[in-house]
Amino acid sequence: MIRAAGTGLFELFEHPFVRHALLAGTGIGAATGLVGYFVVLRAQVFSGDALSHVAFTGALAALAFGADARLGLFVATIAVGLGLGVLGPRGRPDDVVIGSVFTWILGLGVLFLAVFTTSSSGANGAGSVNVLFGSIFGLSASQAATAAWIGLGVVVVVVAVARPLVFASLDEPVAAARGIPVRLLGIAFLGLVGVCAAEATQAVGALLLLGLLAAPAGAAQRLTYRPFAAFWLSGALAVLAVWVGVLVSYLAPDVPPSFGTMAVATAMFAGALGWSAVRDRRRPAGRVRNFTG
Amino acid sequence: MVMLADGGFTWDPVEDVRRLLEFHFMVNAFRAGTIVAVVAGVIGWFMVLRRQTFAGHTLSIVAFPGAAGATLVGVSPLLGYFGFCIAAALAIAGVPRAGARGTSEESAVVGTVQAFALACGFLFVTLYGGLLDSVNSLLFGSFLGITDTQVATLLFVGAAALGVIVLVGRPLLFASLDPDVAAAHGVPVRLLSVVFLVVLGVAVAEASQITGALLVFALLVVPPATAQVVTPRPLLGLGLSVAIGMLVTWLGLACSYFSDQPIGFFVTTFAFAGYLLAQVGTRVAGRFRARGARTPLHTGIPA
Amino acid sequence: MNGTSPLVVRDAAVRLGGRTIWSDVTVEVGAGEFVAVLGPNGVGKSTLLKVVLGLLPLAAGEVLVCGREPGRGSSQVGYLPQRRGFDESTRVRGVDIVRLGLDGTRLGVPLPARFSARARVASRRVDELVELVGAAGFADHPIGALSGGEQQRLLIAQALARRPALLLLDEPLDSLDLANQVAVSGLLADICRTEGVAVVIVAHDLNPIITYLDRVVYLANGSAVTGPPREVVTSGTLSELYGTPIEVLEASDGRLVVVGQPEAASYHPALHAHHH
Repeated sequence: MIRAAGTGLFELFEHPFVRHALLAGTGIGAATGLVGYFVVLRAQVFSGDALSHVAFTGALAALAFGADARLGLFVATIAVGLGLGVLGPRGRPDDVVIGSVFTWILGLGVLFLAVFTTSSSGANGAGSVNVLFGSIFGLSASQAATAAWIGLGVVVVVVAVARPLVFASLDEPVAAARGIPVRLLGIAFLGLVGVCAAEATQAVGALLLLGLLAAPAGAAQRLTYRPFAAFWLSGALAVLAVWVGVLVSYLAPDVPPSFGTMAVATAMFAGALGWSAVRDRRRPAGRVRNFTG
Repeated sequence: MVMLADGGFTWDPVEDVRRLLEFHFMVNAFRAGTIVAVVAGVIGWFMVLRRQTFAGHTLSIVAFPGAAGATLVGVSPLLGYFGFCIAAALAIAGVPRAGARGTSEESAVVGTVQAFALACGFLFVTLYGGLLDSVNSLLFGSFLGITDTQVATLLFVGAAALGVIVLVGRPLLFASLDPDVAAAHGVPVRLLSVVFLVVLGVAVAEASQITGALLVFALLVVPPATAQVVTPRPLLGLGLSVAIGMLVTWLGLACSYFSDQPIGFFVTTFAFAGYLLAQVGTRVAGRFRARGARTPLHTGIPA
Repeated sequence: MNGTSPLVVRDAAVRLGGRTIWSDVTVEVGAGEFVAVLGPNGVGKSTLLKVVLGLLPLAAGEVLVCGREPGRGSSQVGYLPQRRGFDESTRVRGVDIVRLGLDGTRLGVPLPARFSARARVASRRVDELVELVGAAGFADHPIGALSGGEQQRLLIAQALARRPALLLLDEPLDSLDLANQVAVSGLLADICRTEGVAVVIVAHDLNPIITYLDRVVYLANGSAVTGPPREVVTSGTLSELYGTPIEVLEASDGRLVVVGQPEAASYHPALHAHHH
């Protein structure tokens, strides 16, 4: 990984690795932020957690077999995403079963990691750290472009289905009665989350992608009650977090970019939580529930 | 990876055990593994019963920046493990319902906290110049280089935690199964919750040192869950949980030593296999039973 | 809205899981009428709604909504399913929930009112609806923070968004306290009158709504009786319907109490093979 301590801010853009990072990061941030809004709305953060384990194992499996990490990454996350969708959010078995399955998947990934590390030589250590914690500075021009295009594709799809997805997420029985294919939409959505997980792994790594899915969306939801405003805001905040992470890491090369991104995203969420707590105190809190029992 | 066993696995058990214990670090590994398996087996049994597996998972994630941070500042990682895990346990205890999986927003908060904790751990490792191996062993476990001090600490702290459990075992069981009735009987349910979370923090810190921060589930959740699938009876369940944990750990250590593959993989695989076996076994046994099958203890959070 | 009745049900029967739930059900609901579907638990009241929504097929007879077969997504029918209310942490405004009723099924994202005439029209319609249901005071609040009665009003507004001829509500009152039950019932009756919408509600307690009802469909024992409430809910009519002695008593405050009805849940196909 080539890094140079920055002396001037505009020098930033002269370095190809920075340009690539920002290009990929914008696509990844936009996709993850917009999709993340729905992940939080639909209370499917746990699925993101599961997908992060799968992303890790998928990428390392590909590396262990000598293929491009992204191949294993995307195949695994999309397949499991769709699988989770088919299994259904309601019929979710208890946390012990789910946790055991995904812990085992992680264990499998550790095996692939060992195989990968011993099978080849040289910068293997870097390969697996990249999968774990991201490698946004290590992208070539074509990799960055691919990431940006995939990100754009995800953005187009999620914007197209945004309205029916909001309806189906908030008010499923009525949406179904209105002819929205809620089940199909739910499955396709989780497939989309899989794609985002794979994308985000390149930027912040499998272990941290949950934060990029959850924190900007959580912050946006706290900052506004208008669903579509929160939707766009979530995307913008995610892009901002990635950009700041890249910037900070450029200026202080000891700080990994994924840490910077996560720190910013966490700060956004914490700030939004604090601000909304203050705002809610001014309005009479609590509700008068008339529900009996 | 260091080539540990020359010649690998023979099929003579006596010879294998001798070679397994040939080196002092392996003896230590087995000692540490056994202690951890016992502690995790007991405390994990209560955790699964109380449906706090999610809290346990979050606590284990915190172990990573704890150990890495300690190394960065130059103190013993043990301090980092126990310090961070216990502090996080108190934090969870301070926020009501923070241990259970709640609304979508709570999930978003927990997901963010987990990711941020891992990011911090990564930062610390990068700052002290740790290589992949550091990250690897902190996240996925390692049994190399366990010192006598470490074994002694694990034993001492683990015994203290178990002592607490033995002391409050019965009221804790009561409060876990039926908090409202227990409270009516004068059991200090809230205090016990806090005490238990701290003890859980200790168990998590111990288990992380063998399985790594990310695979703690394999010792802390899966063997107890397996035991609870087989029997709802507390003493039998506790014993079974510990036995399964020890078996899984020993087999994991042995396989890892002889095959040179990571211990995390073996421990998770054996634990999971045991769980599946128990599930299948009880279903098959249930069909053969003459009277109505006894329903096993429900092990998870209801949907 | 054309000249045909919002809802016509003729000799309808439904089978689920090999069992005939009810049969020979006939009712016609005209514009602006307020009709309740009553009966014990499990008898198939919600099933009737699902048939009208086009979610379940008929085994016999016919159902016509505004002269046509029931179809999913029909804009002639507004629907309020049975529910327990929005989660407290749902951070979406009441008006946004209402707006979903208007264009929530269209792809894409809504443009801000400033840039689109269509959005301005939609926004005005939402304001109209909010006024209609008396929710102007709290519609801007996050729906999770509102009380049960307030949420129900907004959901009714949502169901009315596309000016349906028929409004179906499944047990809209069951999780409300008495005051809110009366208020929401009154609101529904007003809507019938002023908007000319036919309202069919499933209820298990007749009393909060009896003064507003035009007609009642009483489902029991696999069949139904239709007519004005005071004619249907009588000892004679119900005894005949159930096939066992039923008493309808009038309490001192005028409320009707039905005594002796077997809960459909206790009905076991093997034990009552001769009933259908």
